[in-house]
Formats: sequence, C-alpha cells, structure tokens
Amino acid sequence: MKVQNNKAWLMVLPMLLLVAISAIIPLMTVVNYSVQDTFGNNEFFWVGTEWFQEILASERFHNALQRTLLFSALILAIEIPLGIAIALAMPRRGIAVSFCLVLMALPLLIPWNVVGTIWQVFGRVDIGLLGHGLASLGIDYNYTQNTLDAWVTLIVMDVWHWTSLVVLLCYSGLVSIPEVYYQAARIDGASRWAIFRFIQLPKIKRVLLIAVLLRFMDSFMIYTEPFVVTGGGPGNSTTFLSIDLVQMAVGQFDLGPAAAMSLIYFLIILLLSWVFYTVMTSLDNDAAAEQGRH
Amino acid sequence: MASIHLKNLGHRYPASGAESDNPYALNPLDQVWEDGGAYALLGPSGCGKTTLLNIISGLLRPSEGRVLFDGEDVTDLSTERRNIAQVFQFPVVYDTLTVAENLAFPLRNRGIDNATIEARVADTLSMLGLDARANERARSLNADDKQKISLGRGLVRTDVRAILFDEPLTVIDPHLKWQLRTELKKIHERFGHTMIYVTHDQTEALTFADKVVVMNAGSILQVGTPKELFDRPRHTFVGTFIGSPGMNVLSCTFDGTAAIVDGVRIALDEATLAAAQAQGLASTDAALEIGIRPESLQVIAADVNTANDTHCVNVEVVGVEDLGRHSLVRLRLGEQLLCALHPEGAGIPEAAALRIDPACTLLYADALLVEANNEPLLP
Repeated sequence: MKVQNNKAWLMVLPMLLLVAISAIIPLMTVVNYSVQDTFGNNEFFWVGTEWFQEILASERFHNALQRTLLFSALILAIEIPLGIAIALAMPRRGIAVSFCLVLMALPLLIPWNVVGTIWQVFGRVDIGLLGHGLASLGIDYNYTQNTLDAWVTLIVMDVWHWTSLVVLLCYSGLVSIPEVYYQAARIDGASRWAIFRFIQLPKIKRVLLIAVLLRFMDSFMIYTEPFVVTGGGPGNSTTFLSIDLVQMAVGQFDLGPAAAMSLIYFLIILLLSWVFYTVMTSLDNDAAAEQGRH
Repeated sequence: MASIHLKNLGHRYPASGAESDNPYALNPLDQVWEDGGAYALLGPSGCGKTTLLNIISGLLRPSEGRVLFDGEDVTDLSTERRNIAQVFQFPVVYDTLTVAENLAFPLRNRGIDNATIEARVADTLSMLGLDARANERARSLNADDKQKISLGRGLVRTDVRAILFDEPLTVIDPHLKWQLRTELKKIHERFGHTMIYVTHDQTEALTFADKVVVMNAGSILQVGTPKELFDRPRHTFVGTFIGSPGMNVLSCTFDGTAAIVDGVRIALDEATLAAAQAQGLASTDAALEIGIRPESLQVIAADVNTANDTHCVNVEVVGVEDLGRHSLVRLRLGEQLLCALHPEGAGIPEAAALRIDPACTLLYADALLVEANNEPLLP
C-alpha cells in the first residue's frame, strides 16, 4: 500500500526559498527587463526578442566578446604553462616548502580592486616604479595611451595575481604522486621530459582541468582590475564584456539591451562551463571504470 | 647479469642517530651473491631489507662500504647506469601509454632503434602472456597484469644485470600469487637473471629462492637454502621466524653432558655436545637455549618405558588446536611452554611424554647456534 506523505516538501522548502531569493527571482527580473522597453514613469512595453537581436547584431558586442575571448586565451596560454613550471620547480620537503606556499598564496589574498590600484599606480609614468623605471630606460611605455601597453599591463597584472592558483593546484597534484613512480622512471632511464610527459602530466591532469576551468571563468568575467587600471581604454581597447555591460546598464541606463546582454553573457559562460564539465566528467568516468575493474 | 658483492656495506639515515642505541638502518655486512642466483631477502617489516635493495639498485647511496657488480665498483653510478630492473610493491605503469608502449619505454629512453624495440617488445609480450592486450591502455589492466608490465620493463632490456623485487605480490590476489611466482621461477630458469626478491612471507621466499637471506633488525642472520634454514637455523630468530609454527626455543643450562630445562635433562647429539664442551658452555654467562622444531617432537603416552628412556621427558598437555591434517599440541615442560605437531585423529594421552630426537635438538648460546665448526662465540 502506498503511503501518501508530503512532509518531504517541508524539508526542501527552506532551500527552495533561499535559491528563489538569491538566484531565481533576480534572474527572472533580468529576463523581464530583456523583453520590455520603457520610457520612464515605470511604464513598460513588450518588445519580444528585439533587444537580443540588436545585441547579437551589434558590432560593439562582437568587439567586446572578441576582446574578452582573446584576453582569456592569452591568460590561459600564459598562466597554465607558467603555473606548471613553477609547481615543478618548487621544493618538495623542508622548511622551504612552507615559505614557497605562503609566498604563492599572498597575491591570492589581495582584493581585486586593491590589485587594480596597485598596478594602476605601479605603471604610472610620472610616479609609478614600473612606468617611471621603463621611461627612464628610454622605453616608451604608457598604458593610458597605448593599446598594446594597456593589454600588456593587464595581462602581467593578472598573471601576477592568479598564476599562484594554478601553481598551488598543480603542486597539490604533484606531491600526491607516489615516490615509487620516480624510482621506476629512474630505473627505466627516463629523461626529465619523459618523466613530466608520462608520469607528472597524466597524474595532474584532473587538477589541471580544474585550474583551466577556474582561470577561464574568472578571466572571462574580469571586471574590477581593468576598470580600475584602464577604465576600458585607451578608447575601447580594453573594454571587455563586463565593462561594456556596466557602461550600458549604469552609464547609459539602457536596461533592456543591458538585460539581454547579461543573459547572452550568462549563457556563453554556462555553455563553456558545460563543455569543461563534460570533459572533466568523461575523464572521471574513465577513472571510475578503471577503479571498477579492480 | 652479474654477481653482486656488498663490501663492508652499512647504512644509516641522516635523521636517525643520537637518540637510538643503534644508528644503523643496515648494520655493516659483507656479502657476495652469485651470478644467476635467485635470492630472497626475508625478514619482518622494518628489518632493513628494502633499504638493502634500494642500495643495490642505486636509489639509495650507502653511508659506508661499496657495491660491486662483477667486481666493478658501482657505488657512485646512478640507477640507470647500473642496468638494474626493479619491481615495486605497487605496480608502476605509465597510465597514458599502451601495454606495448610501456614495455618499449625503457628501450626508447636508451635510444635503441625501432626494429630492435619492436622485436624485443613482441618477445616480452608473449613471454608474459600479454600479446592480446598489447594495444590497450595500461591503466585499464588489473593489478597482476600491471605488475607483469613492471616486470616486463625489466625483462625487455638485454643488458639487465639483476632484477630486484620489492614485495611484488603484495597487491596480487592470493590465487594469482602462486601463479605469478611460478612464472617468475620459469623466467629465472630460462634466462638466468640474478634475482633478488624481498618479502616478509616465508612461503614466498622458500618457494622462489635458491638461497634465502634472513634479516632482522638491520642484520643478515643467515644465508642458506630453504632446507638449511629449516633444519639448522643459525640464530634463534631464524628458527622462530621460519616454519609454521616456528621452532620451540627454551632457555636452559648446560652441565657438561646434557641441556637442562627447568631441571629436566634433554640429551644432545655428539657433535653439539663436543662443540659445547669445547666452547666451555658449562661455565659461561651466555644465555643458553635449546631449539626444537615442533615437527620433530613426538607426543606419546607416559609409561615405565618412557620414564627410563633418556630421550623422553614427561610433559603436561595445555591445549590442542586443530590445524587440518595435524593437531598442534601445546605443552608445558617445567615452567616453559612449547608445542608439537601430532597426527590428526591420533588420541592425545592424558599422561603425556615427549620423545625428543637429540639430532634435532639444537643448542644456542646468546641466540647463536652452537656448532662444531664455529669459532668460539664469546670473546
């Protein structure tokens, strides 16, 4: 006999409320704005998918998207190999380990806007150590006027701020490799490269994927640091999606297009995260199948 | 293939030392192991056998002494230049490579040409019975096939001077252990590699090796064939460690004609008696013990005959355990406990006596066997 019991719903209710307040309701508000237009006075008109079509067709959005993708690609291309290299070079035992770990963790503890401010000052040609130093060496460096300089500054800043995360993740993967693998490799006469290629890289593959995922998402959503350092300039050269979005929503108060752009932005991140997630779980399934055979 | 000479070899780990009485993880020793021999290093966990193995393979540099292969000093040579193969407790395979690529790995690292590699790998695959799985990823194999790959990476090389095994069957299912051990034995007979096999399992050691090296607390106590270790253990530890149950060791005194255990006279054979007399054990401070295998004790009913027989002593039966084909009879002789094996089904007499064969009764002074050809044991 089937017992009807709805008490379980009561258990789920608090969580449901929390999720509704924190995620669903704000998201629906944005959805609401994205399909309406207003001329003030709190009067709204239904416009359907017009804003979405406008955003997707706009060159401004395409340019910002390309800049953001390029930025993320450069960040991954630099931080992942550099992070692995530093993790490989870090000591495995002794007091040097704690020293290195603290040193690596330090940049991660600094708030985003502080990092931005530090680099904003650091790079200034008149008073900044970096900017003034380069200028006195005769190098024409000015991140407020030169596009390349602005990009280099932002990328170096992000590498300084976040490579540590990759390092720490890779290091945790490396120290979990049993010593016996290295002994076997020595007996097999493996070169340093062969050890990396056939022992270390396969063993850190999974933490590396987490590192790639985190660094991709963070760099794709970067806002505070470029806002503080370059403000999106010179021109629009460092106006990433997030900066563009804020300009549209807060600067121009175009709520409809901004809401539509938010949703598109959100869907792009969701899509790419799903791709990473799929890759990661398929790797885990491999590992699970292997475990199952034992 | 090579003979291995450990010359005045000893090792202490840098961290240990002052706080412990004996700073050595491996006490200084001098050993020659013959070319093509199958040796087992047998001892309890932490006795230094893995330390010794890692010194031979070059993963560890001894703090004193030299390692010689065929007379050539290799102490300062790196592991790969010693041409050693080693199989570890846990199977090491290169996950992302296939079985065949795993076997080819040590050859590729040494820059051998592709044709030779292919031929060697094919040979090794068929030797290990892994032909069918050559192109599978190594990580998809089970533990015993992975362990075969670890072994195969040693066999695939023609220049290997010795193959070292560090408890290689630890993670293998019991019913496959026997099978793998048999295969190892076959490979040894066919190729005659010098093999050194570390284990704490006496069955493994005794079935695998021609010569078993028994170690305890950083020292080699005895090197001998399985039969020698069983019949004439030169140290009481060897006697108790080998055999199941181990040898009975009873503390005793020596009055010049027989061993006396808690007032009971135990007859000794002539050779032992002569050696004991020659070494003056009737008046010594050394701790004397007799060792008797449970297998060589016979439990019989005590009667008038046994009372008059110098080879028989009266004992008290404390308990009986069933071991299948035998019973293990726990006995008390004087104040000391010992055990004997008794055929299953034969009754245990209430008033029991033990028939002790003097030829199987060994005398130990300070844990070392008293033998005719021994140097005097005590300075």
